[in-house]
Amino acid sequence: MSGHIAGMGWITPLGAGVAEVWDCLQRGEEAVAETVLDQNGSNPYCAFRVPVSALKELPVHPRLRRASAISRFAAAAGTAALRDARWNIGEIDTSRVALIFAISNGGVIYTKRFYHDIVASGAEAASPLLFPETVFNAPASHLAALLGVTGPSYTLVGDGAVGLSAINMAEDLMRNEAFECCLVVGAEETDWLLCDAYAKWRLLRSQPPIEPFATRPKGMILSEGAGAIVVAREGAIQIKATHPGAYYRNRTELAQTAEFVLRATAESSESFVVASANGTFIDAAERVAVQRVMPKAQLYTPKPSLGESVGASGLWQVIVAAKALSTQTLPPLLRAPANFAFSSSLSSRPTTEAVILSSGLNQQVAALCLAT
Amino acid sequence: MTFSGKIVKNRRVAIVAAGVVSPLGMGLPETLESLRVGRDCITPVSRFPVDRCRCKTAGQIEDQALRTASGIEGRRGKRLHRASHMVVAALREAFAQDSKFRPQTTVFGTTSGGMSFGEQYYRSLQANASLRRTPGLIANYPPQKPVIDGLETFGISGPCQVIANACASGTNAIGHAFDCIRSGGYDRVLTGGYDALSELVFVGFDSLQASTPDKCRPFDRERSGMVLGEGAAVIALEEMNSALDRGANILGEVTGYGISTDNHHLTQPDPSGIGPKRAMQQALDRAGIEADGVDYINAHGTATPFNDAAEGVAMAALFGDRVAVSSTKAMMGHSLGAAGAIEAVVCILAMQHDMLPPNLNFRETDEAIALDIVANRTRSASINTTLSNSFGFGGTNASIVMRKKAHE
Repeated sequence: MSGHIAGMGWITPLGAGVAEVWDCLQRGEEAVAETVLDQNGSNPYCAFRVPVSALKELPVHPRLRRASAISRFAAAAGTAALRDARWNIGEIDTSRVALIFAISNGGVIYTKRFYHDIVASGAEAASPLLFPETVFNAPASHLAALLGVTGPSYTLVGDGAVGLSAINMAEDLMRNEAFECCLVVGAEETDWLLCDAYAKWRLLRSQPPIEPFATRPKGMILSEGAGAIVVAREGAIQIKATHPGAYYRNRTELAQTAEFVLRATAESSESFVVASANGTFIDAAERVAVQRVMPKAQLYTPKPSLGESVGASGLWQVIVAAKALSTQTLPPLLRAPANFAFSSSLSSRPTTEAVILSSGLNQQVAALCLAT
Repeated sequence: MTFSGKIVKNRRVAIVAAGVVSPLGMGLPETLESLRVGRDCITPVSRFPVDRCRCKTAGQIEDQALRTASGIEGRRGKRLHRASHMVVAALREAFAQDSKFRPQTTVFGTTSGGMSFGEQYYRSLQANASLRRTPGLIANYPPQKPVIDGLETFGISGPCQVIANACASGTNAIGHAFDCIRSGGYDRVLTGGYDALSELVFVGFDSLQASTPDKCRPFDRERSGMVLGEGAAVIALEEMNSALDRGANILGEVTGYGISTDNHHLTQPDPSGIGPKRAMQQALDRAGIEADGVDYINAHGTATPFNDAAEGVAMAALFGDRVAVSSTKAMMGHSLGAAGAIEAVVCILAMQHDMLPPNLNFRETDEAIALDIVANRTRSASINTTLSNSFGFGGTNASIVMRKKAHE
């Protein structure tokens, strides 16, 4: 099975809409970090947040009234992708649509609130309204209700590689001719607690910028939002190959695992690579893997501009690669070291393939190849 | 019927190994014995305070027995989450049955992974306590970590997909693994589900008044809710010819899978039972059998008034009272993401030993649900085909059909 991308939707800290965000990336813009405080108004961290204006086209639906930010991002991106594919809600046979959701930290804002009440005031203070929103598949359920999807709905959990794993699952599902398309959505919301956890794990930087591929990793900035693609049997961009992924046991093994996954996915040395480098230990490993497998490839990461959105990040990389293929341009690689060996602009020859490499912070790696 | 389309290939899917840990016991023999005698494995909760909850009981696995079963002691044993120990223990049993099985991919289900590590981290923050262990808690908290720990323990490299479809996760995982083989994408897939009891989830169900201060009484007229449980089960699936060629011991076959979504409510099922009915019908259609071809249904049967009513209506509409039904959750609790996988193992044991597992604590028939409930005691019966249901928050419904390996 070889699926195609028939539509895309994008909600990011740089705004909403594939064309708008793409233009921002082309101009070399970086999202503006906001200060995120704990419940006492102290212990500040920085994060890239989605501006309120990015959700102005969010459909009105009773399910979204109390839904968490992550559900709203997902709904906005998912419906935008369907619009982009010219599939109008109400005209689709929703039993022939599968929904696949990629998520990492999930509804962390409501989860924190729910558990905080238990810790602070005891079990009897726990809110029955909040608890259902803490469940990993709540955003998928809201989106399914919004679209009227009655067929399969899967929520996959994982690290930054989960987005590509979800697309791999879509490819598996599309072997079944009962399905016309899969809507694949990756989403994440950020919160002080998440920033604190990654900071304690020594992966967070206190202030932007994200400096990818630096000799000594300086850390990442978390972000939030959603990305969605419609995987169908026809479309402008072909999903030429997907790899179900692999895991690495420790950080020193990551380069080898990424190399293994890349070798199984990349077919052309004329490709460019959209990597997941985010200013942490994964940058060096991805750099080594790409050097070994595709030494002539152009290498790009969108994370200095958009931040690390974990569960959404794989879908964001795919959108970047699809736009780069269709426009034959790559945005400038921001904040790379002066001695960076890779070119960040496409050659004058038409580039027909793009490889996406997602290395997660929790041991998972995946890749896929797009083609025109 | 919504899942009626053509599958590219229709390959047969063999079950070549299984492993399980649950409150019923460590491994298949202990589980079988508990099923035979109808053992009530629900006990007072000891892992966290429940004095301010309505429900105070759950199905629990004792720590030392779990560590012994997983075989991971020392520093690594202390570092890993209980859910990881559960997955490792179940894998150990499965690989002891079939040491040559090497999966090309893995598909597991869970709802909360290492949630209690997240709870410890948050409580430490709130108490300004020592955060020395924090990096370890965070690294081992993610829901996919127990599968990676399991694969690492047995030297298996490969991808893992972890489905978090609430209480349907385990059955969804087995169903998707079945699809992967049946459609020709893979020859060998390791699948299953896991979840360990956590305070957040326990209190959450208590806040919804979905859990009961009473006994868990699935399908009983006076049922008042569920009790939670924990555990893990793994099932090794292989394309039938591949399994036969290498002389694998075949425990049974997965023959059908149905999945549907109903959009009625985030936590409540559509009372008409339309979602469960659609999932069960799809599973039957894909298995190529009629409703009367099923000998036993392991129901989702949480014992909440809403679930059992909706599932009961759906089962009665499809099967009438001609098929024996039980929910084994009254014995071991509802283990959420593990439930579908553990109950699939229960179905395998039922087929192997021609035994209908009991639905404990059943007192009085609900006249709105006309089913043949296997009330309180195990029954003997010839069981060739089983159906197992799992339904979850978010309106996810999943059913799988399994059968004894046909003699050709």
